[in-house]
Amino acid sequence: MEKESNNILDEVTKGEYKYGFYTDIEMETAPKGLNEDIIRYISARKNEPEWLLEFRLKSYRHWLTMKEPKWAHINYPAIDFQDIIYYAAPKPKKELKSLDEVDPELINTFNKLGISLEEQKRLSGVAVDAVIDSVSVKTTFSDTLAKLGIIFCSFSEAVQKHPDLVKQYLGSVVPHTDNFFASLNSAVFSDGSFCYIPKGVRCPIELSTYFRINAANTGQFERTLIVADEGAYVSYMEGCTAPQRDENQLHAAIVEIVALKDAEVKYSTVQNWYPGDKDGKGGIYNFVTKRGICKGSHSKISWTQVETGSAITWKYPSVILMGDYSIGEFYSVAVTNHHQQADTGTKMVHLGRNTKSTIISKGISAGQSNNSYRGLVRVIKRAENCRNFSQCDSLLLGDKCGAHTFPYIRTENPTSIVEHEATTSKISDDQLFYCQQRGISTESAIGLIVNGYAKEVLQHLPMEFAVEAQKLLSVSLEGSVG
Amino acid sequence: MLSIKNLSVAIKGKEILKGINLEVNAGEVHAIMGPNGTGKSTLAYVIGGREGYEVTSGEIIYKGRNLLDLSTEERACEGIFLGFQYPVEIPGVSITNFLRTAINEQRKYQGLDPIPAAQFLAKMEEKKKMLELQDKLANRSVNEGFSGGEKKKNEIFQMAMLEPSLAILDETDSGLDIDALRIVATGVNNLRRPHNSTIVITHYQRLLDYIVPDVVHVLYDGRIVKSGGKEMALELEEKGYEWIKNSL
Amino acid sequence: MKQSLVPDGEKETMSTSIQTYSLTEKLTFHHGQHKHAFAGGDPVFAAEQRTNAWEQFTKAGLPHAGLEQWRGTNLDKSFETEYVFSTVPAGQGVDIESIFKCAIPHFETYLVTQLNGWYVYNDSPLHTLPNGMIVGSLASAMSRFPELIQNYYGKLSSESIEGLTALNTALALDGIFVYVPDNVTVDETLQMVNLLDSPENLMLHPRNLVILGRNAHLRLVQCDDSINHGITFINSVTEVFLGKDSSLDHYKLQNKDSHSTLINTIYFSQAEGSRLSSNAISLNGGIIRNNSLVKLEGENASAEISGLYLMDKNQHIDNRVFVDHSAPHCQSNEMFKGVLDDHATGVFNGHVLVRRDAQQTVAYQKNNNILLTDKATIDTRPFLEIYADDVKCSHGATVGQLDANALFYIRSRGISEASARILLMYAFAAEIINKISIPELRQRIDDMVKKRLRGELSYCDQCVLHCSAQENKVNFEIDMSKI
Repeated sequence: MEKESNNILDEVTKGEYKYGFYTDIEMETAPKGLNEDIIRYISARKNEPEWLLEFRLKSYRHWLTMKEPKWAHINYPAIDFQDIIYYAAPKPKKELKSLDEVDPELINTFNKLGISLEEQKRLSGVAVDAVIDSVSVKTTFSDTLAKLGIIFCSFSEAVQKHPDLVKQYLGSVVPHTDNFFASLNSAVFSDGSFCYIPKGVRCPIELSTYFRINAANTGQFERTLIVADEGAYVSYMEGCTAPQRDENQLHAAIVEIVALKDAEVKYSTVQNWYPGDKDGKGGIYNFVTKRGICKGSHSKISWTQVETGSAITWKYPSVILMGDYSIGEFYSVAVTNHHQQADTGTKMVHLGRNTKSTIISKGISAGQSNNSYRGLVRVIKRAENCRNFSQCDSLLLGDKCGAHTFPYIRTENPTSIVEHEATTSKISDDQLFYCQQRGISTESAIGLIVNGYAKEVLQHLPMEFAVEAQKLLSVSLEGSVG
Repeated sequence: MLSIKNLSVAIKGKEILKGINLEVNAGEVHAIMGPNGTGKSTLAYVIGGREGYEVTSGEIIYKGRNLLDLSTEERACEGIFLGFQYPVEIPGVSITNFLRTAINEQRKYQGLDPIPAAQFLAKMEEKKKMLELQDKLANRSVNEGFSGGEKKKNEIFQMAMLEPSLAILDETDSGLDIDALRIVATGVNNLRRPHNSTIVITHYQRLLDYIVPDVVHVLYDGRIVKSGGKEMALELEEKGYEWIKNSL
Repeated sequence: MKQSLVPDGEKETMSTSIQTYSLTEKLTFHHGQHKHAFAGGDPVFAAEQRTNAWEQFTKAGLPHAGLEQWRGTNLDKSFETEYVFSTVPAGQGVDIESIFKCAIPHFETYLVTQLNGWYVYNDSPLHTLPNGMIVGSLASAMSRFPELIQNYYGKLSSESIEGLTALNTALALDGIFVYVPDNVTVDETLQMVNLLDSPENLMLHPRNLVILGRNAHLRLVQCDDSINHGITFINSVTEVFLGKDSSLDHYKLQNKDSHSTLINTIYFSQAEGSRLSSNAISLNGGIIRNNSLVKLEGENASAEISGLYLMDKNQHIDNRVFVDHSAPHCQSNEMFKGVLDDHATGVFNGHVLVRRDAQQTVAYQKNNNILLTDKATIDTRPFLEIYADDVKCSHGATVGQLDANALFYIRSRGISEASARILLMYAFAAEIINKISIPELRQRIDDMVKKRLRGELSYCDQCVLHCSAQENKVNFEIDMSKI
């Protein structure tokens, strides 16, 4: 485990981007730009019910009244929202009965990424929903899971097959009015994963969504909804990559998690979108809204993220602790290099009594990058006996980068305890000398120390994902640079 | 093995070592004694290659090469081991991982393949036993939260794993109780080989009851002012450093 | 209700409107009607600053809770009051002793006072002391020493755009000027008292300037008092320049009435090797906003910024501290502690900026809070923004309550719960009190905090320090030494 986590960080801090290839597959795309017709087009392509079209349209109309948020510690040129393709799907667009029907090019793409879509070959016991550009191309293990009553399928499929569940929970955690990018997503979201774990079921395998942006000039607006019914448990993993391109591409996703009484959801991400080249050219703009709600008592939601990619990361996986005795956790390693900018953190909103949250954030800045932690801990009046502990450390590698910490703490209850600690430092000369004296080169020593620094977070990644992530990182670059 | 000639070293322009001469042959154990602040640790750091130490004159020849031309890690790969007076904490990095990295980097330097996992683990077991180390110690982060005694034992454990040609042990005895001192000394003695040398830097004679030196040097005010056999350490203990001071 | 802001001629056509004017509109009207200048006329540079500042104000406007720097502090209510923008000089010939007498036991200070924003004097508005220190009215100093003041006035306040600061620069009429020449150590503590004595609702913009030369040393105590007053809005701006190797011990004491709004903005500029210690003790007040902006411009400068706030009822305290590390090898240390009771609300907004060149910076930031009721609220935002790698920076913030174990321990020694609570709160506060380096002042504040914690100290019409009270020595009911 330790070795694997070490490798992950080593790879991402040192290595070149390995997933920059482009797959030449036939695509069906919507015309550039955004208006109500485009939204109707998307909805029609997906054969959606009227209520969902209405949801999209009201989101769009609300979005038109909103302004792009400017408060984050990031800089980027204005995004022309009319210069983006909002729908791109691999052809043919028909329901797939078996793997044989998936375009072999696509299977190859995922094989290259280390993700086998052929269930029988899989040993790791991970069910994968593979999303390319706007569309889920294949979900593995669905049938096995169905026997347990677990629904794991693409969002589009869920809309067709489980409309009541989707209707009940869509927008219940991230309302369509939530923020600029969330409203945009609510209007144009294409596909993503849907997952429902019934009462009392522990999902025996890791569920995973793999997101891939392939087409040029497209935005990716996927939407994930996870519902864990009473006493259910699921561990969910998300991975992402994109081809190397000179222009920036927008990714504005939403993840909603609902945990009912006694349920537990573990959500892990290795975010490895294309970060741009070393001069800051290209890369994904990653504006993502991720939020979970611990709706029932004794429920638990845990976010673990390893953020290494994207030119810009704007992301605050949050937990609303509504049920009494519910628990929220956030473990994050964010690495920025070259000209990357990350403004990431979490929100822990304590609404229920005896709720508990833990925030461990490790920022590592190198090159000319800027890496900010921004987090909110809020305890409302009725939330008695809450407990929060936050530890947000920053490590600076080099004197051209920036490391920032912006915690917001608001407490209205006298029986709660909120603690926040943060340090900013560089690798000490003493530590370097100590390693070197044992014969370890400077580069390895830095890798070793950085990994040690991030260990507290990496150890929360599921074992399978560590393996998966390692595989992703070892994808060969041969002839695949797009 | 090691030949130091007329070595002068300054820190931030202040001269700490003022013309050291020292010859250490293969298989020998040398003890360097002296009061606090006379430059003992400086000598260790200069041999180790720590930054911030300016060699103003003289040279250090190690195995026939000019040591001062080599980087810290090259010196380590050439077999120089420094047992730190104050071992450094590296949070999150387990001793196992640390040592494996160190051994493999040293092997790479020597043109060898990485050590097979089984062999590495067996070696760990063997050395742990020798130093009466608890099993769990190896899974803990390097020096983090260790007691003074644990840190020093860990230094000797690393030395046992890395098998250096020249070990410089800087105040390895400070902060050790009598049991720990015995274990550490036994470890050092077990590691003595005809082709290996050890320099023991200490303030007290106590350690030398266990690690018997071939030569004892007294470092005072940046110079080696007296050298002699192991009896000298006893004499020093009895008469105190005032004796050296007065005899100058 | 429509206000009589409009010239008579226009009144008839507009009086049908039932809308009230906003404070900004009233200020704009006031600004248009009155020529604002320091007595004796603005020197050119001050006049320019005034014009620019007014432009800045019209752009920035009054603060609102939507601004990041004002998050958690809402002045809307304060802005609704009908204020009088007094422009009549009120300082000359006032027998200050008849209305105010500071009597901290054995505390000899050089006392300067402002009454309703005007410097109070009898004979001369400006004094040069034997040691060369100049103290007096800023308005007078403007015309007496324009060359000196030109190098400092507005240098810090104009750097960042904040509506209220700009408003102060645009409307300021007087304040206190202090100049300590090179190599002068001022033995006496300088005490600046800001008095309000008016039945009307006043909005004032006092403006102070403090200049410390090379190797100059000063202790400065700033007190804010009200005597006979309506609802007040004080928007005070002070610029302080610390020359090379100079030092300043600065104290702010705030014990105001509960319907006043006090915006206390202080800019500090620190040259090489200078040392600043600034301590804000806020015991009562309606809305208090302490805005301390420290710029470490020379190497090896150090700044220690601390504060203690004990608030209850509906009081609101907002401590904003911005420390700008522009030069290498500087140190800053922020420590703010507060106890909030009843419906009191508190904000701490610390922001440490370490610029790229400010290597070897050491910066600490700490904010600890105790909430006593479920109606009290605290917002704390300790920010670090760091662009240099060789730094030691850390911050910590806590919100909690009194340590249950400690409470139990004390009670197990036979001490009542009420006393045990007071004792623990006192112990919590003592860390800040002990930073006060003037023994007499420390003793007095110590007494006040004890009284405050026992609920005996609330706002009264006497001085901020309540020295007219019969008992000077407060006997604390628990002997600390026995615990």
